[in-house]
Amino acid sequence: MKDHAQLAEAFNKDKERVTWHDETLWFVRTKRDKAAHKFAGWEQLRETASQIKNNVLSNLDSYLLQFEANAIKNGITVHWAKDAAQHNQIVLSLLQKHEINSLVKSKSMLTEECHLNEFLQHNGVEVIDTDLGERIVQFRNEPPSHIVLPAIHLKKEDVSDTFHEHLGTEKGNSDPQYLTEAARQHLRETFLTRKLALTGVNFAVAETGEFVVCTNEGNADMGAHLANLHIASMGLEKTIPRREDLGIFLNLLARSATGQPITTYSSHFKRPRNGQEMHIILVDNGRSIQLGRKDFRNSLKCIRCGACMNTCPVYRRSGGHSYHTAVAGPIGSILAPNLDMEKNKDLPFASTLCGSCTNVCPVKIDIHDQLYKWRQEIVKSGYSPKSKTIAMEAMSVSLSKPMVYDISGKALRFTLRYAPFVINNKLNPWYKQRDMPAAPENSFKKWYDENRNKKNDNE
Amino acid sequence: MKVGLFIPCYIDQLYPKVAVATLELMEKLGLDVYYPTRQTCCGQPLANSGYSHLTYDIDELFTHNFESCDYVVSPSGSCTLHIKEHLHSYKNIGSAQHIKKHIYELVEFLTDVIKVENLKATFPYRVGLHQSCHGQRGLRLASMTERVEVSFSKPKHLLSMVNGLKLIDLTREDECCGFGGTFCVTEEAVSVRMGQDRVADHLNHKAQYITAADMSCLMHMQGILKRQNSNVQVIHIAEILNATL
Repeated sequence: MKDHAQLAEAFNKDKERVTWHDETLWFVRTKRDKAAHKFAGWEQLRETASQIKNNVLSNLDSYLLQFEANAIKNGITVHWAKDAAQHNQIVLSLLQKHEINSLVKSKSMLTEECHLNEFLQHNGVEVIDTDLGERIVQFRNEPPSHIVLPAIHLKKEDVSDTFHEHLGTEKGNSDPQYLTEAARQHLRETFLTRKLALTGVNFAVAETGEFVVCTNEGNADMGAHLANLHIASMGLEKTIPRREDLGIFLNLLARSATGQPITTYSSHFKRPRNGQEMHIILVDNGRSIQLGRKDFRNSLKCIRCGACMNTCPVYRRSGGHSYHTAVAGPIGSILAPNLDMEKNKDLPFASTLCGSCTNVCPVKIDIHDQLYKWRQEIVKSGYSPKSKTIAMEAMSVSLSKPMVYDISGKALRFTLRYAPFVINNKLNPWYKQRDMPAAPENSFKKWYDENRNKKNDNE
Repeated sequence: MKVGLFIPCYIDQLYPKVAVATLELMEKLGLDVYYPTRQTCCGQPLANSGYSHLTYDIDELFTHNFESCDYVVSPSGSCTLHIKEHLHSYKNIGSAQHIKKHIYELVEFLTDVIKVENLKATFPYRVGLHQSCHGQRGLRLASMTERVEVSFSKPKHLLSMVNGLKLIDLTREDECCGFGGTFCVTEEAVSVRMGQDRVADHLNHKAQYITAADMSCLMHMQGILKRQNSNVQVIHIAEILNATL
């Protein structure tokens, strides 16, 4: 399997597309900045949200039980899933029980994480993603590249080609309004005929047993209101204590995600309407393990706004697919190693640790510090290449022994001055697109010995 | 007041002029500067690669070198931040704690500790300031665009004291250059692209020089500028603050 660096290198072959991808996401980041600056008390809002989430994580067991009890009281059936396989099986069982073989699904990163679509397809169930971006990538048989903007790696011309192939739109017509209308007609038909709607959950309120789903397209609502059966899948960490806490989180979510004051639809689902069945699946899938990791537990505060991706200079220039995991970008890189450290060992290194993610995060997750800590974990767990370990051990010796350091430094400068071809060649990744610095004859230490040594007595 | 001078390894070996400028500037300001000659590196290249467990001896050496100092000053935000966050000594816990609390990057030492209000420096050029991330976000040398906060910049404050210097505006005033330590080789494609974009911002605003409080970012951008045959130079902020006609 290709790692982040290799996938990012492939993405960077098309320079113009990288420019466009970077500028598009930077535009979203700028919109977020404007919205945050217009909001009186933004930093206080972040702090409050962070503290609420800390409280939730410290009392997750009791909030979940409270949520379950209240949801049951409201007439919702509650299921618990230990992992992705259990979650997928629960969905399949409900489909089989009701003899349904197709469903509409609104955006749910959890179902991406659980690979629900593939599982259901293998079991003969047709899944229609109803979020426009998700529908586009589903047609193309691709995973989403961004948690909020699933098709952000595609230009309108790409969408036009995809719709021409799958929906029979005019070849070459890439007018956004025309394409959106085609998707609208196509999805409307599926909404009207599907009996089961699956949605994600943004917030589950413990004190009321209701859950809130945020979308801009209203597709979750249309699906859930037309179907006889509504299944909502949520990660355990989506719980919040009180309804009034939504005032904090809804203000943060849309502003951080796209710069909107609020999502177009923030829909509360509390009880099934007459004749409808409503199910909620509470999914662990590694979350309780992450909760037990002292250094990484607060990654579970995430509300999936995607702001860390939009601000990340690496994400903007490597594309979501280079992260080869359901949740891409900085947050994905601290969540994914918990699910599979070996498979995701490259991700914490796909960062310069610039720290922009930590400061943009609406719930104050120390993302870049966790990236640093995952690096230590990955090396300690033996997932670092042997060659790198040997190089690091040699560096450690050189840097802890001043004499060895002086000799190595001298050798480096000598080589750069008199035999640059040893360093300036295609085996050196630095030299591929950058020149090496011109080496001076002497180090500062030598200069100091010659010019100042009389002044200080070091030994 | 005994001020220890910590010169990061790559500055010692590849950019001694930056170290000389730092030393001369501190001497000009009347400081009693002490340079322990047995110093090497802060250990960050290992720690950021996931090998912090291999930095114990480096940490002990560092602590031993600077234990007698009231302050430690370094012309690098990144190395300073690393020491501040990660220095650890088993042999001399108290000294390591003291160093962590009293290590300053050069710019913040000048603005916050000795509170420089004027400089006799002249540098009559158009200069672009690159905000190195570890200094800016880690040490808080300047406000950041992600945060809703009162805007400030310690390096800009010092540069405003330099005669003739024209600070240019940038389209993205605090985006990372993509150096990132070993990232610059392990993620070569993205690193270079980030560097090219950063350099372009300075070139578009007609910079003659690009400066920063971290030579590592500048080394990366210099490599890109040279490959593009550009005449634009990189220069460490210490060299500007120490510059006379």
